[in-house]
Amino acid sequence: MAGKIEVTEEMFIPAENNFQEADRISRPTISYWSDVWRRLRANKLAMTGLVLIILLCLMAIFGPYMNGFTYYEQDFTKKNLAPNAEHWFGTDASGRDLFTRAWYGARISLFIGLMAALIDFMLGVIYGGISAIRGGRTDNIMMRIAEVIYSIPYLLMVILIMVVLKPGIFPIIIAMTITGWIPMARLVRGQVLQLKENEYVQAAKVAGAKLSWTLRKHLIPNSMGPILVNVTLTIPTAIFAEATLSFLGLGIQPPQASWGSLTNDALGSILIGNFYQLAIPALLISLTMFAFNVLGDGLQDALDPKLRE
Amino acid sequence: MLKYVLHRFMWAIITLWATITITFIIMHSIPGDPFAKEGTMPESVYENLQRHYNLDKPKIVQYFFYLKQVALLDFGPSLKSKTLTVNDYIEKGFPVSFHLGAQAMIIAVFFGLILGVIASLYRKRWPDYTSMIIAIIGISVPSFVLATLLINFLAVKWSFFPVATWKSWSHTVLPSIALAMMPLAYIARLMRTSMIEVLNQDYILTAKAKGLRKNAVIIKHAIRNALMPVVTILGILTANVVTGSFVIEHIFGIPGIGEMFVKGIMNRDYPVILGSTVFYSAILIFLIFIVDVVYTWIDPRIKVTGASK
Amino acid sequence: MGKLLEVKNLRIDFKTYGGEVHAVRGVNFEVKQGETIGIVGESGCGKSVTAKAIMKLLASPPARYKEGSITFNGKNLIEASEREMERIRGNEISMIFQDPMTSLNPTSKVGVQIMESVLKHNQISRKKAYNHALETLQLVGIPQPEKRMEQYPHEFSGGMRQRAMIAMALVCQPKLLIADEPTTALDVTIQAQILELMKDIQKQSETAIILITHDLGVVAEICDRVVVMYAGKVVESGTVLEIFQNPEHPYTKGLLKSVPRFDMDKSVPLSPIIGSPPDLFSPPKGCSFYPRCDYAMKICKDHDPEPEDVGNGQITACWLQHSMAKVMNTHTATNVGGGTKR
Ligand SMILES: Nc1ncnc2c1ncn2[C@@H]1O[C@H](COP(=O)(O)OP(=O)(O)O)[C@@H](O)[C@H]1O
Ligand code: SF4
Ligand SMILES: [Mg+2]
Repeated sequence: MAGKIEVTEEMFIPAENNFQEADRISRPTISYWSDVWRRLRANKLAMTGLVLIILLCLMAIFGPYMNGFTYYEQDFTKKNLAPNAEHWFGTDASGRDLFTRAWYGARISLFIGLMAALIDFMLGVIYGGISAIRGGRTDNIMMRIAEVIYSIPYLLMVILIMVVLKPGIFPIIIAMTITGWIPMARLVRGQVLQLKENEYVQAAKVAGAKLSWTLRKHLIPNSMGPILVNVTLTIPTAIFAEATLSFLGLGIQPPQASWGSLTNDALGSILIGNFYQLAIPALLISLTMFAFNVLGDGLQDALDPKLRE
Repeated sequence: MLKYVLHRFMWAIITLWATITITFIIMHSIPGDPFAKEGTMPESVYENLQRHYNLDKPKIVQYFFYLKQVALLDFGPSLKSKTLTVNDYIEKGFPVSFHLGAQAMIIAVFFGLILGVIASLYRKRWPDYTSMIIAIIGISVPSFVLATLLINFLAVKWSFFPVATWKSWSHTVLPSIALAMMPLAYIARLMRTSMIEVLNQDYILTAKAKGLRKNAVIIKHAIRNALMPVVTILGILTANVVTGSFVIEHIFGIPGIGEMFVKGIMNRDYPVILGSTVFYSAILIFLIFIVDVVYTWIDPRIKVTGASK
Repeated sequence: MGKLLEVKNLRIDFKTYGGEVHAVRGVNFEVKQGETIGIVGESGCGKSVTAKAIMKLLASPPARYKEGSITFNGKNLIEASEREMERIRGNEISMIFQDPMTSLNPTSKVGVQIMESVLKHNQISRKKAYNHALETLQLVGIPQPEKRMEQYPHEFSGGMRQRAMIAMALVCQPKLLIADEPTTALDVTIQAQILELMKDIQKQSETAIILITHDLGVVAEICDRVVVMYAGKVVESGTVLEIFQNPEHPYTKGLLKSVPRFDMDKSVPLSPIIGSPPDLFSPPKGCSFYPRCDYAMKICKDHDPEPEDVGNGQITACWLQHSMAKVMNTHTATNVGGGTKR
């Protein structure tokens, strides 16, 4: 406290406009999404993840053209070379350039991850949306079916389907999405049910608004958060599943490459000392898993800041 | 309570039936006849097959026969072995796989909980950061990469542990760690979040206001409540350990069911694939059922209301 | 009656993501043995923080005791060790919280939760502790206490939970009970029952009570003295009679005008105080009520008024109490009690 102050009579004249300051104190309201973005940007780990993802995507696009080799060209005079000025990541057991193959593999692994996430998303929106909008018995039956399918071990089903299908990018994506869409369907259903309760939507319905309009205007902006997090986390799961398939010989077949198949090809070579052949694709998979996971976590925190004070 | 258990059990059976049916359909949709006599197949093996699968009967009859055989725990002969049946493989492999899986789960739960609790108690200080770095590594580095790293350094380079196979306890260390890392990381992260949430609850303040020691508050009031969400994901994590085990068993050359499954896939030994898929599914569905029941048992809020959720 | 608790110039900050929150900014009040005092004020003015500070229950960080003393039974709690505080909490000072739905541990039996406190503070057998807990449950009006002891919180209704909380707080016969908005989360009829219970406790035991509330009706009914808080400060305190009949601080007047009271003429319309309390990240330099005050003067903007005794132990922190204000504003003085500038 300021201690004793000199007071003069005119200090006790009624103040004018003291109320106006009260109005000025109220802070500007920031829109929901820019608030989410502000919180996400403050999260260093999540931003590291985002930057990594962008870099990995750029390299997946441009990397395969950067040193003049192709992913399939074999040169048996240059087998199992360590990284050098010509072959930046070295060569594999067939003398193929591993730098080109690593980024070509990035293309396939990321493509599989993205496509799996996208298809899961679409199937989930359709199934979950119909289930929630129809409601009642239909909803009950649809969710029971989903629950049963969900209880079947995911990776086991993927493997089984790949035993039947011919190995390749699209069969892999199909195998992954046949059971992978369930969590998304549940999520979408939950969001739609919540929205059905929402008074705005009720009001819109009373006013005769079309369903598609209601979805576009309300479902999409309000429910995107948790769905986005789910999509972000589906991508690394799919990349990991592809790697496991490659490992079982059911994944991408040579001369094509994915990070999983590169890792698997290199497994034998570590015993003869070519550790880098394994290290590079393993590192790339790990970085990708890391990047998507921290971004997903960051998104979750940014959307629901309770845990962060 | 009993009613709830029976209800869950019925759903477990339905899920198992759906899994068997889907597996059967997938296996029989393989183009060409997977059970057709191949050039190298001995006559006696083929006769076994025909007898076991009733290959001369229509598909639908085959299906019912198959259901019956599975119910009687008879998985039939192998395509590749003259003498051993799939049951023989399971009997030999199961104890090994069970040992590996159980050891990995124990490591994961024990260290995961410790890391999670420590991280939550030293929030935003170095123990938190250390725990979460371990957790991020556990989630980012696929088990087969971790396995090869462990082999490369701890076994090949520094010879702390044997490289492969399954003979003594020291043979079990590296595969158990490789298999445990991922669930360990998930448990640590979930336990941390859950602890932070619980520590912010009013009843923790009530406990402190009673004059309880900090440790008593944490042990009696916080950890018990924070464990609840962790219990719910144990089923899914066990599924991950099981599916992770075929990769790990294959890398370390461990004679478990996983290795049999991988070999079955590589050899296209369909009865083995079919048998092990069904066996795995049964175990997982059973485990998830157990986790459900245990959860109901330890959470008093569910006991009275019966089938909640 | 002896002094039980004296809070002097208490200042508490919170370090947060967005800066320092100056939640409590120089709070003074005292509680005599067996007395009931009410702490009132709008939400966010620092009532709960003050209460938790007395129990030393604020996690630090983010909280920081910047200045002041909390003297309980002659001992400064700010300097007390954690061990000493553990002995005091639940034993000499206990606390009940606003929301009975969340303040009991959902996975532990109610009986066990009450016994925990008894066992912590008394060297007695479990059997004795059980009996003692049972008696206390009976005391707070819970029927079938034997059965209730074995139940979990979710099997209790809101009112019953709050009774159980009160039992838990009283089980060691504390000298001081802090009740932080004990009825706010309850239905109106249940509120009345809990209030009756508090009154009984007041009569039957020697326990002093600090009742935190924003319901002036409750204060009028059971408190001996009132402390009015605004923006982390005590702006006025005094006996219930003085505060209700001769409120001097414009904020107190505003509060009284914003709630219905049985002693008030029905024809006087209720008028809520317009505006909201200041941001405690950067509290104003002058009087914190200035932006909402109907009687604000030039001096109030930059100079914070000191608390002053205005007679009968009523203490008010407002420039209107300055002798010069009384001279200068004969016109506003006539306004006091009715008019507004808006
Ligand atoms: N843990 C905390 N961290 C940061 N600020 C806090 C914390 N606890 C309370 N505050 C702030 O202190 C102020 C007073 O809060 P409180 O004492 O709970 O108000 P009330 O009078 O409604 O009980 C509020 O502005 C609140 O935001
Ligand atoms: S000091 Fe001034 S602004 Fe503050 S309450 Fe008194 S008259 Fe109003
Ligand atoms: Mg409060």
